[in-house]
Amino acid sequence: MNLFDTVLRCVATLVVFLTLPLVIGQTEHKVMAHMQGRLGPMYAGGFHGWAQLIADGVKFAQKEDIVPAGADRRIFQLAPAVSLLPYLFVLLAIPVGPDGFVGQAIDAGLFFVLAVMGVGVIGKLMAGWASANKFSLLGGLRTAAQLMSYELPMVLAAASVAMAAGTLSLPGIVDAWQWYWIPWQIIGAFVFFTAGLAELQRPPFDMPVADSEIIFGAYTEYTGLRFALFLLSEYVGILVVSALTAVLFLGGWHGPLPDQLGWLWTLLKTFALAFVVIWLRVTYPRLREDQLMRFAWTVLIPLALVQLALTGIIKVAIS
Amino acid sequence: MSFPGAGLAKGLAVTLRTMTRKTVTAQYPDAQPSLPPRSRGVIALLEENCTVCMLCARECPDWCIYIDSHKETLPAADPNARARTRNVLDRFAIDFSLCMYCGICIEVCPFDALFWSPEFEYAETDILELTHERDRLREWMWTVPVPPALDPAAEEPKEIASARKAADKLAAAAAAALEQGGDAQ
Repeated sequence: MNLFDTVLRCVATLVVFLTLPLVIGQTEHKVMAHMQGRLGPMYAGGFHGWAQLIADGVKFAQKEDIVPAGADRRIFQLAPAVSLLPYLFVLLAIPVGPDGFVGQAIDAGLFFVLAVMGVGVIGKLMAGWASANKFSLLGGLRTAAQLMSYELPMVLAAASVAMAAGTLSLPGIVDAWQWYWIPWQIIGAFVFFTAGLAELQRPPFDMPVADSEIIFGAYTEYTGLRFALFLLSEYVGILVVSALTAVLFLGGWHGPLPDQLGWLWTLLKTFALAFVVIWLRVTYPRLREDQLMRFAWTVLIPLALVQLALTGIIKVAIS
Repeated sequence: MSFPGAGLAKGLAVTLRTMTRKTVTAQYPDAQPSLPPRSRGVIALLEENCTVCMLCARECPDWCIYIDSHKETLPAADPNARARTRNVLDRFAIDFSLCMYCGICIEVCPFDALFWSPEFEYAETDILELTHERDRLREWMWTVPVPPALDPAAEEPKEIASARKAADKLAAAAAAALEQGGDAQ
């Protein structure tokens, strides 16, 4: 792998990192609007408001960057980066197509991805603590509690796939994937996707940013570009969780088309899952904090353990 | 028979079905809304009909109608008669920043000088501009729609009924006179 190749892969990942979340955001605008019988943005850019998020970005960039007087300045200013950057690194390790169509193939890719995604939590906790605001602190602590409890089912579900494939490498897992994995790993897929949704604090798991009770949780005091970075991290998060679910449970680039077009399948599955994320947001009300915790500990974790046992039994039976 | 999660699935079906339907949003500045008849947009003044009786100004709950007038004496038509005076309107203004669109002024006007117009796009950047003077109120008259037709089974309006009664009486009298004349011959 020469220097040019490395730079190309990094730049490509960066471009994906900056564009696909916007596509998902715009889809959310439109899908949510139509699911509620509205039209959504119609003016920005001329054709059905396609440039709405660009306009939003320009607006955010023009706003004053305020740091509250009582805030811990350095931590406060650093928090958006800490919450956003892990997703960039995760994106680097997600395989899109066969034969090295990936930013950087890592042998323990699954391990790397789950570990790095956990770092994003620290960014939100930093934001909540450094804001010197009780709502931010509440939001930050809720985020921490939620992510702690949902990390476990997510890791267990991912472990089940790793067991089935016999490897921790993401391209390796997709290579080993067979169609019958879908019924076999369906519980794991459900647990992983749901836990991922909770990690992103997307509705119905958006208690940490519940705007009707704690304003906007850890992001309450943020304005301008830093706030936009938090929003961006949410949408990159949707991309990452959808792509990971597609890669781990839906067979990534496997599909009826020849392998050269495998990346198209990965993208298609990712966007289908992103649509489901939006769909769930529109449909369901927010879970209460105690319901949220109970769901993780009494539903998702037992399900993940059942899946793990099932995977182990079938794996032994096959070999 | 319901299985756990049936409600959740039903919810997803509702949102998905709504997405496939046509939206109800009206693109307002691009598409004008279709307003129902008798829409209360703005109040128009037909000042030719106004006799400065002040009923509207007195009944207005917000006191947002301003009327100034003076009396003019008309020379007597015939030397034995008394000279007549009549009211001349100097100012008629409605302050739409105070108006609550109750329509009482229009209801009480005995001479049909005030009307509802469905026009609603007269927002201003200065609140003082919302006080429409008589020429502006007169201009709104051109936007007043024809009153909607009566229901097919509705009673005849009073003025038409009384006019018809008078005409019928007259026709009957004429017919009677004609008959009498025929008898005399």
